[in-house]
Amino acid sequence: MSTQLAAHQRGFAGRVLAAVLTPGGAVYVLAAALLIATIQANPNFGDPGVIMLFLGRTAPIAIAAIGQYYVIVSGEFDLSMGAVIGTQVVLAGNLIGEDPDRIVPVTLLMLLVGAAVGFANGVLTTLLRVPSFIVTLGMMLALGGLVSYVTGGAATGNPVDEFREVGRGRFENVPVVEFLPYPLLILIVLAIAAVWLMRRPFGRNLLAVGDNPESAERSGSSLWWLKTRAFMLSSLAASVSGILLVGYAGVHPSVGDGYEFTAITAVVLGGVLLGGGRGWVLSAAVGAIALELLFTLLTVQEVESTWRDTVQGVIIIVAVAVAARGWQAGRRPRRSDTRTPSTRIPTPISTNQPSQGTNTGDN
Amino acid sequence: MRTRLESLTSTGIVVIVLALSLVIGAILTAVEGRNFLSTGNISAILTGCSILGFIAIGQTLVILVGSLDLSVPFVVSLTSVVAAGQMNGDPAQVAPAVLLALAIAAAIGLVNGLVVSFLKVHGFIATLGMGLIISGYLATNYQGSHGSAPRSFRLIGATQVGPVPVSALIMLGCALLAIVILRRTRLGHHLYAVGGNPEVARLSGIRTSVPVVAAHVLCSLLAAMAGLLLLARLSVGSPTIGSQGDYDLMSIAAVVLGGTLLAGGKGNIVGTLAGVAIFAVLDNVMGVMQVNPFLKDVIRGLVIVAAVAVYARREIDQRPARFDRPTGLSAVLQEKP
Repeated sequence: MSTQLAAHQRGFAGRVLAAVLTPGGAVYVLAAALLIATIQANPNFGDPGVIMLFLGRTAPIAIAAIGQYYVIVSGEFDLSMGAVIGTQVVLAGNLIGEDPDRIVPVTLLMLLVGAAVGFANGVLTTLLRVPSFIVTLGMMLALGGLVSYVTGGAATGNPVDEFREVGRGRFENVPVVEFLPYPLLILIVLAIAAVWLMRRPFGRNLLAVGDNPESAERSGSSLWWLKTRAFMLSSLAASVSGILLVGYAGVHPSVGDGYEFTAITAVVLGGVLLGGGRGWVLSAAVGAIALELLFTLLTVQEVESTWRDTVQGVIIIVAVAVAARGWQAGRRPRRSDTRTPSTRIPTPISTNQPSQGTNTGDN
Repeated sequence: MRTRLESLTSTGIVVIVLALSLVIGAILTAVEGRNFLSTGNISAILTGCSILGFIAIGQTLVILVGSLDLSVPFVVSLTSVVAAGQMNGDPAQVAPAVLLALAIAAAIGLVNGLVVSFLKVHGFIATLGMGLIISGYLATNYQGSHGSAPRSFRLIGATQVGPVPVSALIMLGCALLAIVILRRTRLGHHLYAVGGNPEVARLSGIRTSVPVVAAHVLCSLLAAMAGLLLLARLSVGSPTIGSQGDYDLMSIAAVVLGGTLLAGGKGNIVGTLAGVAIFAVLDNVMGVMQVNPFLKDVIRGLVIVAAVAVYARREIDQRPARFDRPTGLSAVLQEKP
């Protein structure tokens, strides 16, 4: 009774306000602002059907961002995501072919391959102590090279339309929103699962490991298995993105190129701290949506497409600069700036910010 | 066993790996009926070293200070097109063009450094963003190759002293300069200190922003050197030359391959040069053996992970058991890299 959590001390409105002031909450405001700006520039975008189409198109990126979130929040990187997407797309194209009966076994095989890649990434990072940046870079080169070698670098194979429906199809006649694209449905299911997972002991431990691996290990967390599971989830998310992308992007080994950086950008835009230990999983997904909204806005505003990169660069720097201040301001009152320095743990990427203890992970 | 392992530094291991790859390379090349140590082949390997060498030296400084630089490929492209445009075939414009390119690169590095140190943006994001900004500028203003380098400038890329290309000599000169900075100057020591632990460095009275900004400026300057060298070789500026080479990720890989800790604070230039040389030898041997270009990536990826795993494992072996550790200052120094 007397030991109320700091997060519960204020009323509901106060908690919402406090959450919005953190980088993880601010991304919702950013996404809403971008949505309003886009609708103002092009009133058609306010149409539920158009928004549904947009969300369906964004789903693979948001799913990749959710996957990348697990890895980043545990203090690592996954650069192999794009290569995994390319691998899955090529696998689907060549193994399923024109035979609808093969859809289920090949999908299972693809998920198995995804899990295996994640397992390899995780084991090399944790047990062999190779920095994840290097492991996943190596995996990206090896997997990407292998797929290009097998396919000769060109689009090969074409899965049956039933399989492509997963990425393309939609439920018609849904009230309010007209229709519901399958990718959006998958995104919603995965997002709910992610929130549930992050509230389970696994999620709590993952945050603890990202915040301070040594103290987490001393408190009995299995460091290698936690991080390995994070890598497996990341590769599985990339596999699901790949399955969705087959639907409308075609079967080319380079479909996934650059996805890892887009996903990392989205996660960081969602206020998740690079270096681990802080951030909410839904904010990562919303970060992806905000990023895509930004591109849509630029297109609507008829900004030359070549300037898109520049605007994206400015936005992520500004967003992260603001976020760096935001996490420092914190949801809880800061004790003081002249606290004793925390012992530094050799994580792959260090941040300049002192640790505040484990985040309560208010998803 | 342990004493022998401990006397061997990470740099020692990477040099051994380099020697090993040279021997294996020589054998494989001999199997193909060619001479690995022929003048032509040696100069080809050294030429292959120089571009990535410049960038990797700069990347080493940035990684040592605890940051990263993902904007290097775009700095390479930008300097190559800007200098080519300024020269436009006129020998009198060589010096102004080089100075202009270096000044632009220094400005980019300055912004990177300021954003990282004062806005507290992680180096990964700050330089990723800067790379995107430059990439947008390049895509908007330059389509296809641009400008041209006069003959006098092209000679830099073509002349050789014996089997050693001048470009490799310039690169080694820069490496020497970087080594002197790291070993002999206050800036160098502060660089290690801030990379090792920024908080402790700050409490020890170091102005932590100075080494961070300096490392980023030097890294961009070295990337500009790589861009100018590419211009000298190709004789036209190309807006995509940097991103084609994957210089950001490959330079980071070379630095880590050279035994530098990705978290910063530990490592050196010699290891990085050896890492770059390993890549160059690997490329050369695969070229001689006519390996499929896609398979080259597979082999590169495997070699990077395997090589780094060698000394990452060693650091675990080297760590003494919890309770039979020597006491005193040496134990404290041994505790963390």
